[in-house]
Amino acid sequence: MATVRLAPVLRASVGGSKQVTAQGSNLTEVLSDLYGRYPALKEQIQPEESLSRFINVYINDQDVRYLQGLETSVGPNDLVILLPAMAGGL
Amino acid sequence: MGEASRQIMRQARQQVPEWTPPQVREALADQHEADRTHQDIVLVDVREKHEWNEGHIPGAIHVPRGYLELQIEEAVPDKSKTVVLYCAGGVRSLMAGATLQQMGYKDVVSMAGGFGTWKGNGYAFVQPRTLSEAQSKRYSRHLLVPEVGEQGQFKLLDSRVLLIGAGGLGSPAAYYLAAAGVGTMGIIDADVVDDSNLQRQILHNTKRIGQLKAESARETIEALNPDVKVITYIERLDETNVARIIADYDVIVDGTDNFPTRYLLNDAALIANKPVVHGSVFRFEGQLTVFKPYDGPCYRCLYPEPPPAALAPSCAEAGVLGVLPGIIGLLQATETIKLLLGIGDPLVGRLMTYDALAGEFSELRLYRDPKCPACGENAHPENLPTYAEFCAMPAN
Repeated sequence: MATVRLAPVLRASVGGSKQVTAQGSNLTEVLSDLYGRYPALKEQIQPEESLSRFINVYINDQDVRYLQGLETSVGPNDLVILLPAMAGGL
Repeated sequence: MGEASRQIMRQARQQVPEWTPPQVREALADQHEADRTHQDIVLVDVREKHEWNEGHIPGAIHVPRGYLELQIEEAVPDKSKTVVLYCAGGVRSLMAGATLQQMGYKDVVSMAGGFGTWKGNGYAFVQPRTLSEAQSKRYSRHLLVPEVGEQGQFKLLDSRVLLIGAGGLGSPAAYYLAAAGVGTMGIIDADVVDDSNLQRQILHNTKRIGQLKAESARETIEALNPDVKVITYIERLDETNVARIIADYDVIVDGTDNFPTRYLLNDAALIANKPVVHGSVFRFEGQLTVFKPYDGPCYRCLYPEPPPAALAPSCAEAGVLGVLPGIIGLLQATETIKLLLGIGDPLVGRLMTYDALAGEFSELRLYRDPKCPACGENAHPENLPTYAEFCAMPAN
C-alpha cells in the first residue's frame, strides 16, 4: 500500500487525515482507490478526466508531470504527495 | 630614537638594499609591460591597517609588520622573488627587510622615504573602501565569516531588495535583512496595521495600529539599522506599476497573500530577469523556493493555474500559527542573502516544505516546463492572464 500525503486544504475531504494509504500499481489506480472512499477529493482535484492544473502530484520527490503522469507506477513503499498551490503570506 | 634603535637601523641599512620611489615605480612599470603572469616583484605594505586604509600603492599586498613573521610565507611563498617593502617613511620597512632576510628571502628591498615620499611625488595610490568603525562593530560577526567578510558586507550594503508586503513573511524577512545591512530595501504595501496582524507581523506594534504598514516598517528598520535606506510604496502591485517598481532591485522577496499578485510578479520578474524568493504559509505548513529566471522553473512552471477560491483560502480565512511565517520569512531572508553574496546552493528548482506539527522539512524537485507560457520556448510573459477575476482578494 502506498502512502498518500495531502496538503492541508485537501484534508477535510479525507476526514482530516494528513496521510492515508491507498492501493494500486500506478497513480490512476491509487487515486481511484482514494476517490472510492473519499468522493469529495475527486471533486477537488480531478473533477474531469485529467488532474486539475493547480494540483501538483509528486511520487517520492519527483513531479509526475515529468514522469509518466497518471500512468506513473507506484510501489508499495512509495510516498505520493498531493500539493495544490498555496498563496498565504500575510 | 635611542642609541640602541639607531644601531639596529644602521645594521639593517647595511644589510637591506634601498630603492627610491622612482626606482620602485620604474621596476613595477617594467614588470607590467613584460609579462603580467610572471611577476617577479612583490610589493608589500608593512604599515598598520589604518594607514593602509588611508591609501596604498596599487598592486601592493598588506602584511602589517606586527604579523610579518606569521603571515609573509603565506602571502609570498616563493622566497626567490624580489620583495619590495614599504612603510610610511622607510624605517619600519628596513627593519622588516632584515627580518625577511633572516627568514630566507633572497632578494629583499626597502623603499626609501616610504609611502610619504611616493605620495609626495604625485604617484598613483588607491584608497580602499572601508567600513566605518561603527559598521565594523555592527557587522563584526559577518566579518568573521569567510564567506561574507568585508567584501561580502560591502555587497550587502550595496544591495537592493524589494519586499512585496510588510506582513507575516515580509516582517521577519525585512527585519533580518535590515540587521544584516542590506543597504536599500523597498517595501510595497498599501495596508494599515490591524490588531490581528500583531500575532506575527513583528515589524509593527500596538502603538502603530491604524498606521500604514510600509511606514511602520520603515520606522522599525531605521531604528534597528541606520545604514539601511527604506523606500516605501503605498500602492498595490498591478500591471501599471510592477515593471517600474521592480526595475531598481537585485532580489525580490515575495510575501503576498494572493495568486494574482504572484502571477503578475512572476511574469514581470521574468521580463526584468530578477530572482524572486518565494514563500507561502498555511496554518502549520509553509513552502519556499527561489525562482531564478531561466536558470530554474518559474511560478507558472510550478503552478500553471491558480486553484479555485475554495481551495485557496488566505491567512485571514484559514488562520496561521504566528511563528510559522517567521520561519518561512527567515528562510526567505537566508536565500536572499545567498543570492546577493553568490554563495551556497540557492533553492532554485527545489521546493522546500515545512510541517511545523510534524517538525519536518521536505524537499521536492521542480522542473522548468519547456512549454511554460511564461518562461518556455516561444513564451510571452508580457501577455498572460493573472487570474485576478478568479480569485478572492481579501484585504489582509
